[in-house]
Amino acid sequence: MSTPAITLDGLTKDYAVGFWRPRPHRALDQVSLEVATGEVLGYLGPNGAGKTTTLKLLMQLIYPTAGTAEILGCPAGDVDASLRLGYLPELPYFYDNLSAEELLIYFGGLFGLSTADARERATTLLDRVGLGAARHQRLRRYSKGMLQRVGIAQALVNDPEVVFLDEPMSGLDPVGRRDMRELIRQLGAEGRTVFFSSHILSDAEALCSRVAIMARGKLIATGRIADLAFEVRGWELVVSGASADDVRALGLEESTREVDGRQVIELAIDQPPDRILPELARHGAQVVSLTPRHESLEDYFMRVVSQPGEAS
Amino acid sequence: MAIIGRIAVHVFKESVRDKVLYNLVLFAVLLIAASYLIGQLTAGQDVKIIKDLGLAATQIFGLFIAVFIGIGLVSKEVERRSIYSLLSKPIRRHELILGKYAGLVLTLAVNVVVMAATLYLVLGYMSWVESEEFKATWLRPAADPAMLPAIFLVFAQLALVTALALFFSTFSSPILSAVLTFGLYVVGHFNADLRNFESVVDSTAAAYLARALYYALPSLAPFDVKAAVVHGEPVTFGYVAMTTGYGAAYVAALLLAAVFIFSRRDFK
Ligand SMILES: Nc1ncnc2c1ncn2[C@@H]1O[C@H](COP(=O)(O)OP(=O)(O)O)[C@@H](O)[C@H]1O
Ligand SMILES: [Mg+2]
Repeated sequence: MSTPAITLDGLTKDYAVGFWRPRPHRALDQVSLEVATGEVLGYLGPNGAGKTTTLKLLMQLIYPTAGTAEILGCPAGDVDASLRLGYLPELPYFYDNLSAEELLIYFGGLFGLSTADARERATTLLDRVGLGAARHQRLRRYSKGMLQRVGIAQALVNDPEVVFLDEPMSGLDPVGRRDMRELIRQLGAEGRTVFFSSHILSDAEALCSRVAIMARGKLIATGRIADLAFEVRGWELVVSGASADDVRALGLEESTREVDGRQVIELAIDQPPDRILPELARHGAQVVSLTPRHESLEDYFMRVVSQPGEAS
Repeated sequence: MAIIGRIAVHVFKESVRDKVLYNLVLFAVLLIAASYLIGQLTAGQDVKIIKDLGLAATQIFGLFIAVFIGIGLVSKEVERRSIYSLLSKPIRRHELILGKYAGLVLTLAVNVVVMAATLYLVLGYMSWVESEEFKATWLRPAADPAMLPAIFLVFAQLALVTALALFFSTFSSPILSAVLTFGLYVVGHFNADLRNFESVVDSTAAAYLARALYYALPSLAPFDVKAAVVHGEPVTFGYVAMTTGYGAAYVAALLLAAVFIFSRRDFK
């Protein structure tokens, strides 16, 4: 019933490559996707998958070859949408001669904020991204990681409902990555819709309500991380009330460790638990938990991405 | 409108930060040094020479600002990718072009005003120190208000050159834009010759081409009334208004074309 925050419909982009005889290179191929309000979506894919292209189309920095992109019910590029969104470009860069505070005041002004209001907003935001102390320093002297933080601050200057972040973790040190992850989590908790791209899957695992997986310009899977068709690689079975001898009798001593008086048994894919459970029950063991062990997102990724296809 | 203003102020601020206004100091030092030297070397002619020199320097200094900042207004944003975040803000692409243009014209206006004031100060000082009988040999008073139309037309010409630079930079590299702008600046001063061209060639095709070029290329010579003013010839208000009107129309056409190209561009 309610309009999705973001709608991509058959979005396609060809770049002309080659100087003398330009040929179209399909960077994005018929991508259709909806992101609901308040969702934190991880837009994942290896380098060259088409993530940045998608975000540029959403910002109307480039025009689509086919298809449409809508934000909050407005076509991409519409000023009504721009008022309510924030965008962190990939490896952002701003104006050397401005300080972070001046940049935010300039950008705040473009949203109609008065200088005083924009300055107040700048102070809050720069503190929030950990640049409070450097706010009067010229951006020329900022490191890559600091620019990334300024990039986040400027994306939030209008208190946006929808936030687009292109590789927000890139260029950050481990502390920076942790801060950024925490910030994205907060943005989601504040009810904002967050669309962030990454080629690093562990970023998404911790953060996203849903992921969309891109490869070679195509959307190859979307869904909640828990629902995606990850291969089951085995199970982890925790039982209590069984002794190490009982487990040994079942020939499982290799894959068993004892934790707090419980036996934690790693079952491989060829040892389905339904065969072992009755045996353990006969030895008086009680099942504490049984969890499937999925392939990691990385493994999934490699499996789907490295399908035979053209190399480009 | 407010958006265009904010962008314009940003351009002005950047040019101040880029130390563009330092050229004013250079201008003042050159002018004062030159007038001192000229005062030592010549008798009676010095005011005229200084007026000539001051007006020409205003034009040349302005020209360099117009071209070198003009070509970077848009291309620097694209090259350094600051355009990505800027265009995601609630601004339309034509507002970006118009704001950038207005900002540089504002910068030029400040420059021209300060340079003109410096020139008047130097001339006023000369007038103050010279004897009455010496001043009687002057064709026009030193701090002659008749120079104002000439200064205004220098500014109008610079506004046109800025539009040229901005136009070229929406689709070509900064270096090519600079070459094209300087090229047109020179051609623009000899544009009137194209009109006579048709009387000296036989080929009708060549004559038509010459005429087309005459109308398409900017005519910059009419903006140069420095010599007339220095030699005491009057420049009428009507002439200034006509020339300014021509400049405004040409600028409007250039900006329209720049907006047309810029609005369709992919920033990849
Ligand atoms: N300016 C460009 N010109 C030509 N091809 C491009 C351009 N930008 C990106 N591409 C191509 O488009 C595809 C998608 O790129 P991109 O969207 O940048 O991927 P990602 O952000 O997922 O790493 C790649 O094959 C890339 O080579
Ligand atoms: Mg990318």
